[in-house]
Amino acid sequence: MNKKMSLTTKQSIKGLLFISPFLIGFGVFYLRSLIMSVQFSFSEITIGENGYDTAFIGLENYAEALTRHATFRQVLTTSVINMGVDVFLIIFFSLFMAILLNQKFRGRTLARAIFFLPVILNSEAISVAILTARAMMVGGMSPASADIAAATSTGGVDIMYYVYMFRELGLPIGLLDYVINAVGRINQVITASGVQLIIFIAALQSIPPSLYEVAKIEGATAYETFWKVTFPMVSPLIVTNVVYSFVDSFMNSEVVQLSYSTTFDLYNYALGSVFSLVSMLVVCILLFVVVSIISKYTFYQN
Amino acid sequence: MLGNMKERIEQIRSNTWYANEGQRMIRKGAELLLLVFRAVIIVGLSYVILGPLIGIIANSLFSNSDAYSPIVYIIPQNPTLERYRLAILRMDYWNTLRNTLIYVVSLTVIQVFVCSLVGYGFARYNFPFKKVLFAFVIIMIVVPPHSIMFPLYITFRNFNPLWLAGLFTADGRGLSLLQTPYPMYIMSVLATGLRAGLYIFIFNQFFRALPKEIEEASAIDGAGAIYTYFRIMLPNAVPAIITVTIFSIVWQYNDTFYARLFLTNDNIILSRKIQSLQYNIQNLDRVMDPSISQLYVYAGVVLLIIPVVILYVLLQKQFIEGVERSGIVG
Repeated sequence: MNKKMSLTTKQSIKGLLFISPFLIGFGVFYLRSLIMSVQFSFSEITIGENGYDTAFIGLENYAEALTRHATFRQVLTTSVINMGVDVFLIIFFSLFMAILLNQKFRGRTLARAIFFLPVILNSEAISVAILTARAMMVGGMSPASADIAAATSTGGVDIMYYVYMFRELGLPIGLLDYVINAVGRINQVITASGVQLIIFIAALQSIPPSLYEVAKIEGATAYETFWKVTFPMVSPLIVTNVVYSFVDSFMNSEVVQLSYSTTFDLYNYALGSVFSLVSMLVVCILLFVVVSIISKYTFYQN
Repeated sequence: MLGNMKERIEQIRSNTWYANEGQRMIRKGAELLLLVFRAVIIVGLSYVILGPLIGIIANSLFSNSDAYSPIVYIIPQNPTLERYRLAILRMDYWNTLRNTLIYVVSLTVIQVFVCSLVGYGFARYNFPFKKVLFAFVIIMIVVPPHSIMFPLYITFRNFNPLWLAGLFTADGRGLSLLQTPYPMYIMSVLATGLRAGLYIFIFNQFFRALPKEIEEASAIDGAGAIYTYFRIMLPNAVPAIITVTIFSIVWQYNDTFYARLFLTNDNIILSRKIQSLQYNIQNLDRVMDPSISQLYVYAGVVLLIIPVVILYVLLQKQFIEGVERSGIVG
């Protein structure tokens, strides 16, 4: 390159070259699609002979969604609250399990493989196929095998027994509700934390053992070692996992389903794009706030 | 006097011996408790995960008499491989599996390469509007693909990069890439493939956590940016590469959303075949009782997850070795 360029300019050109595939792809596929979605959200769409026609009607669709639509506001609020609760549980659970699975014991490979299974089993194709099969059977004629199918799923714990037991002990109802809610979701939490678990294990593996040696020589207890060595070293990955968990539970949340069904079942493209844009905006703001709070306490080696 | 001293020394010695012994007992007890605690948690949670899977595997081995018998639970009386035979036939299993693996592995290689480049660019270089551009990565992660599927469909229906393709087609509206695997390849090369935002994010976090001294040393030794990236940074990023590889393979393998959107041919996507399996078996093989035809679906599910499980267990070993090899640990 020519000599007149300063080092900073050279560096920024190199950096832009490194990210150039992303710039093009984002512009072509995402930015353009988002602009189209925004355009849809401000228009009335009519399906004509040559595809679709759009007519600008201003904020009419937004007014419809935010003031007149029967369920949108309620669904949005519940989805966001559920997301918050789930993300906290998932991060806590996956960090705990990652530390457990990172210790040396017999059958560790097997245990890790088992905890990653939900990610594989979570595929839409499999759940759809099994749901169809079950639905056919319940609507069909063999109740005996429907019973078998119900029994093979793990829903057989009588949770009310424990609820009454703890209420007798005099625990506050609010706390009890939260704990029961969390325990009742254990299946969903485990299913949703496979990816986070792997990320945390990868983080734990990349901590230099010399740090632990130093801690041991200096006489740190296991508790101190966790808070002074393990936790700071995995903290950058906590940010990653929080982002991932938020997005993952957003993808499966009711509000996305609402916008999907509005778009493709009711053919209301305009209202559907309003739903997805508004919910996206809410989640982006929430994510920004949470990540910037966590980033303050994150430790980077440099 | 001297005897007295000796006695006292003896006493102290025996006391410390006892103290050590007591400490050792406590330590051993704590270790044992931890072991039991760990075993209980891991076994219990494993059951929560494996329960439904055990049901599926057991059901896939049921013969007709087992399916109708009310006393058979989990363990079949007359196990049969018939479900697998017919499921393999109707899913065209081996051919589809080969095509799927080629498709998935090639996409994964592209994804890992492109996303690591982009993640590295974001982690180590300064350029104008960096924060805005990185916000684009976050946007890409957060935007559910559902909300842009209609525009994406139109883009590939009339695929017209730089209006060049319009010159060669009759109506000037571009090429239709639907029903081919190309849309996915194009999106992956441009770092916007399936969950590419997340992979960029992972690589970015990983490269940021690596010490800068490695690159400074290589720059002082006269290595260029490309050389540094390929010979210094990528070998150091093995843990991140393995992580992203596992994710990419599994998600691409399970993806039906983009496959459905781009109408990709079923013969290269195994997970699409499972959805039509039950209808095929009911219609082609005249298995009309849903309680029997569902057993074939369970066999299909087992066939579908076996390759990923094998791949995962193999990569798991690489995962640990990769970390030991990566040079930053020691």
